[in-house]
Parts: sequence; structure tokens; C-alpha cells
Amino acid sequence: MSTDIEALVNREYQYGFVSDIAADTVAPGLSEDVVALISRKKDEPQWLLDWRLKAYRRWLTMKEPHWPNVTYPPIDYQGTSYYSAPKSVKPLQSLDEVDPELLRTYEKLGIPLNEQKMLSGVAVDAIFDSVSVGTTMKTELRKHGVIFCSFTEAVHEFPDLVQKYLGSVVPYSDNFFAALNSAVFSDGSFCYVPKGVRCPMELSTYFRINAAETGQFERTLLVADEGAYVSYLEGCTAPKRSTNQLHAAVVELVALDGATIKYSTVQNWYAGDKDGVGGIYNFVTKRGKAMKGSKISWTQVETGSAITWKYPSVILQGDDSTGEFYSVAVVNNRQQADTGTKMIHVGRNTKSTIVSKGISAGRGQNSYRGKVHVLPKAEHARNYTQCDSMLVGNACGAHTFPYIEVENKTATLEHEASTSKIGEDQIFYLKQRGLSAEQAVSMIVSGFCREVFKELPMEFALEAQQLLGITLEGSVG
Amino acid sequence: MLKIDNLTASVGGTQILNGISLTVNAGEVHAIMGPNGSGKSTLAQVLAGHPAYEVTGGTVTFQGADLLDMDPEVRAQHGVFLAFQYPIEIPGVTNAYFLRAAYNEIRKAKGLDEVDPMDFLDLMSDRLKLVEMDEAMLQRSVNAGFSGGEKKRNEILQMAVLDPTLAILDETDSGLDIDALRIVAHGVNALKKPTNATIVVTHYQRLLNHIVPDHVHVLAAGRIIKSGGKELALELEARGYDWVLEEAGLATGAHA
Ligand SMILES: Nc1ncnc2c1ncn2[C@@H]1O[C@H](COP(=O)(O)OP(=O)(O)OP(=O)(O)O)[C@@H](O)[C@H]1O
Ligand SMILES: [Mg+2]
Repeated sequence: MSTDIEALVNREYQYGFVSDIAADTVAPGLSEDVVALISRKKDEPQWLLDWRLKAYRRWLTMKEPHWPNVTYPPIDYQGTSYYSAPKSVKPLQSLDEVDPELLRTYEKLGIPLNEQKMLSGVAVDAIFDSVSVGTTMKTELRKHGVIFCSFTEAVHEFPDLVQKYLGSVVPYSDNFFAALNSAVFSDGSFCYVPKGVRCPMELSTYFRINAAETGQFERTLLVADEGAYVSYLEGCTAPKRSTNQLHAAVVELVALDGATIKYSTVQNWYAGDKDGVGGIYNFVTKRGKAMKGSKISWTQVETGSAITWKYPSVILQGDDSTGEFYSVAVVNNRQQADTGTKMIHVGRNTKSTIVSKGISAGRGQNSYRGKVHVLPKAEHARNYTQCDSMLVGNACGAHTFPYIEVENKTATLEHEASTSKIGEDQIFYLKQRGLSAEQAVSMIVSGFCREVFKELPMEFALEAQQLLGITLEGSVG
Repeated sequence: MLKIDNLTASVGGTQILNGISLTVNAGEVHAIMGPNGSGKSTLAQVLAGHPAYEVTGGTVTFQGADLLDMDPEVRAQHGVFLAFQYPIEIPGVTNAYFLRAAYNEIRKAKGLDEVDPMDFLDLMSDRLKLVEMDEAMLQRSVNAGFSGGEKKRNEILQMAVLDPTLAILDETDSGLDIDALRIVAHGVNALKKPTNATIVVTHYQRLLNHIVPDHVHVLAAGRIIKSGGKELALELEARGYDWVLEEAGLATGAHA
């Protein structure tokens, strides 16, 4: 059974190409001057520069966290470049002005930026290295009052909105990587959906790291005003490189009274080779604040990155608010993931659901880390947590770290956990019905992940299922 | 159609099959009986290509080709179907999705086009009737949470959809209630064609009242020690295995 699987395991990372694009890259190293330089390059207002500098000074006093269940050599923060932008990205009037090589890159990734070719129903913001290179369907969205643009553009065009909400969910002092991001973030996506508006299409951001020795620090800020609805998708890829690259993003979601935000991620950063050389360090802070009667739902499919450190969380601030976290995390070869969520119940009758599916193959190490915190005023808070691990082979590991803190007696918490092993008998059963080993593994694993996949928008669910198959191919033998 | 010649096989270093020879022609039904632990399921698994079983000698020819040289999925694509004694659960994968994937793989192997989900549903509703199963079964996960009897019936549903050339039914009757037994037997009979063949492994004559075998074989200690017509099954039912074992010079009472 193992020969065809070997071949599959060694299959190339599909998105590992490097694009030859002239870039404006700042020399490696970090200082107040570099922070100021980034701010100047983006022609930012003084308040934002001040905010960055406060974040930088705070960062200097902080220590890199080492509580996640991952190991990696020390990161040289002075050896990383904090800004790289494709040269042609000055203020663009239309997508026609985008470097054709860049458009080709996105085409290779299967992300059409050309508006005529756009699939109806999805608006895309593409982030190349640190900079947004184009946002599609803007005009259509504006008709509905929806703002969807690059972060830089938002700073100039909607400074009040940005200033009001930036750092309101993830303060610059939140943690080491969030502070670093706050100091040096170069771009990202911004979205605002006005009161009572149901965003007419899926919004999507595609992140691409291209330059070498560059950290990517983007920031996403998404505000759904009262009663608004938005579904947001995020996809990520990077070239294959033998050095590790740091990706420290921040995502802030604000759901005002009665709003709904669905945020889905399919993360496929380069994971390193089978011996663990290269790959992205994905150290990301994602958090949403849910006001009265609102709902924030995170769905993530994490298949890439050498190391994943990520806990999309919800602060259930308002009464009757809902938080959800649906996660599939896959590790193969030498990948390590420490991921989970935090549900902080502040308001009354707040409800949270956590469904985590961890799949470990090869020598991968997968940890679920989740916290449910019910604060004293959160009367009748409810949480349901389901945390399942699947092992493929004998050299991998699955770990679970649930933390529960309940300060109100009326809370109801339910926790279920399981660990299973993908069995030779299951694979044989499916093969006996005519399916190949790879189909069998991917069918068994997608069955295992079904509850999470069904939360994803259709097009994404298929992509996620395929990605999962590719990540795991050759992992059984 | 199938020619097994002096087949020996082991599992975990222990030899289980000690030289099995058996010829099955198109249109025939063969019953294999024998004490617990005699190697019946082992034979079935070896024919299907389970990787835990190592073939140590002998040959198996299926429709002129070397069966043992094929991967399990290739055997399935060539029309070999095994109804498992213990069907496996695949949580989260619906019966409908699984069956369509399997059906399409087998079609692809034959150079035919895949069927789309709608056409497949039509086919399914017809096959479901054959085994008197409810449509709701299609949306349930493969065997997960099925009762013992439901699992067995689900195997026959799969057989009805995949329409194999050679079906091996490993104790499909065990665990079935009286009505289910009749339904399953009826399904198997309805699928019978002059161009296909069935091997039924069973402990009970009552199945053979419904699925009438052309040949009955007794397997003991990894060998076929006696073969006969359908009346052999009746005789075994009446007299047990001791006399056959004695005839073959094997120790009696060797039930596992
Ligand atoms: N995977 C295995 N590992 C070790 N021993 C095995 C394995 N599979 C089968 N055996 C042994 O091989 C022998 C034959 O088993 P097999 O399942 O073929 O018997 P059977 O004739 O089908 O019995 P039953 O009527 O109980 O189903 C038994 O002694 C069994 O314990
Ligand atoms: Mg058996």
C-alpha cells in the first residue's frame, strides 16, 4: 500500500512558485526609524504613526510567548525585513495598471482579479507581500453602502471609522505578535457594512507572500454595524523557500447589535518540506467582539504553515450574543499546530459553540488549546465544546489543552472529546469498493471534518476538501 | 471465472490457509461452510486483497488474469465484491456519497462516463427497493450507528448498486432477522445472472434454502476437506462437522 502513497506524499506544493516582480523592500531590521519609514511610505496621518510607535515601544518590553506546544529556533527579528511592496503599486486608478506579472501570479493561484472575469458573487481584495494590489467589485458594493478596500485606502478615505475601531478588539498591547503587527503592519483589508445591510456577496481576501526574508504583517478590520450581515473568506499561499518566514497578522471583527459576521479561512501557507526545512511561521491574533444579540462565527481550515499559532476568539460582550468556532487543523510531515479558540462570556444568555477537528499525520504535532471563560455577570451562559483528534500513522501526536473558568453558577458547559486512528481496515473497506488509497484517506478525513466543512461557503468547502486530500496524500502506509 | 489453485496464506506469521483449490464458473453459486476459525473469512479477505494477509503460495486466476497481482481497488473495479462479515464504519461520509464515488470509480475503470448525482439517485431508489431499504439510509453515514442487521443489509445494497461479477458474501446471514434474511436472499437471487457468480460463506442451512447453491464446500484447518451438492449442507446441519473432520483425518471438536 505504501508505494503509491510515497509518491503522493512527495507531491510538490502547488503554490510554491516565486514571481519575478520588482519590489520596494526596506532593509532588514527594526527600529523607531523603520516604523516611521513604513508610516511615511504610506503617507499616514500623525495619529496612526503615534499608535504604531506606542505599539513598538510596548513590544520592546514584551517577550515572545513560549507556552504554545511548538518548537522552533529563535527568530531573528533584526534579520527580517518589515516592508516589501511590488514597485508598481502607487495609487492605482484601476486594475489595468497592476503589473501584469502580478495579475498572472493571481491567475496561477486561481484568483481572478480582472473584474470582467470575476465570478459573480465574490469580491476579492488581494494582498501581495505587504500591500493590497487590488480590490474587485468595489463599485457594486458601494451601491449598498458596503466599504471594502485595502487598509491603507481606508486610512485615507475613512479615517474616522478606522480610528474608532482600530485596536478596539485587539489592543496593540495584547500580545507580543499583536504588538509587533501594530508597529509595522503594512496593509490589509478593511470592511464596513452599514446598519441593516446584508452584504450582497461574499467578500474575500487572498494573501500571498512572495518576497524572501520578509515578514508579512497585515491587518484586517471588519465592522458590521447594527443588524448587518457579512460573510468573509480568507485564503493564503506562499512560495516554497528553504528559510522560515514570519507571518504575524491581526484580524479584528466588530459585530454591533444584532449583526452577523461569518469569517472563514482556508490557510495554505507553505508548510516546509518533509524534513521540516522552510515554511511559514503563522503567528496570528484573531478576535471578534460581539455586541447585543449579534453573532460571530469563525470557520478555519488550517492545512499549511510550518508552525501555526492561532486562536480566533470571541468576546461575547453583549447579552444574547453568540460565538462559534469551527476548525479543521491538519499537520503532516514536520508541521506543528497549536490552535484553538477563546470564548469569553461577558453578557447574559451568551452562547458559544466550539467544534475542533485535529488531524495529525507523518511526524506532525497538533494541539488544541481552548479557553471558555464565563464572567460573573454572564447569567445563563452556555458553551458546547467538541474536540476530536484523528491520527494517521504512528509517529504523529495529538494534544488537547482545554481551560475552563466559570465565575457564574448558572452557566451550562458541555465538553466532548475523542481520539481516533484512521484504520487500515477503513482504507481497505473503501478500496474493496473500488476507491484508490488517496480517495479512501481523503474520504475518511473529510467525513471526520464534515461538521466543519458544512459551515464553509460552497466553493470554499470543495477547495478545503481537496486541500485536505493533498495535504494528507501519502501519509498512510 | 475464478480458479484458485493450492492457495496458502498467513497472517501475522501464522499460516491459516493450507492449500485451497476451488473453481467457480459463471452462473454458479458456491457455499463455503466450516467450523469457526477454519479460515473462511481469511479466504474471502485474501481474494479481496486485504494487506494484512500474506499469500505464501498458489495462484488465483480471475477471468484469465492473475488476481493476486492486482491492488484491492483494481480487483473491485474488475468486479470482485466482498460483503464483509464485519462491515466497517466511516463516520461523516454519507452512504449516498460513498456509493456514488465507488460506482463512478468502477464505471471509470470500465471506460464509462461518471453518472451525475441526479441520475445516480434514480438508480439508487430502484436498488433500495430491491433490498427493501428506506431512502433515509442514503443520508446516514456509512454503517455508523447501524444495527448489526442494517450493516449486513447495507452490504447487499452496495452489491446491488455495484453489480459485481464475483460476489463473496461472508456470513451475510448472521445477525439478520427472519424477514431480513428472506429480503437479502431475494436480493441476491435477483442479482444472479448467467455471467456472474456468488460465493456464500455461512454457518446455516436456512440461508441455503433461499439461495440454493450448486456446490457446497467444507473448509477446515485451512483446507477444503469435502465438497458436494446442496444436500451436503443438509447433512451438515443434521450431523455437525465431526464426521467430515474424521473422514479428513483431522482432530474433532476443534471449534475455536
Ligand atoms: N488478523 C489476524 N491476526 C491473527 N490471527 C488471525 C487474523 N485473522 C484471522 N486470524 C486467525 O485465523 C484463523 C481463521 O480465521 P477466520 O476469520 O478466517 O475464520 P472463519 O472461518 O471465518 O471463522 P468464523 O466462522 O468464526 O467467522 C483464526 O484462528 C483466527 O484467529
Ligand atoms: Mg469468518
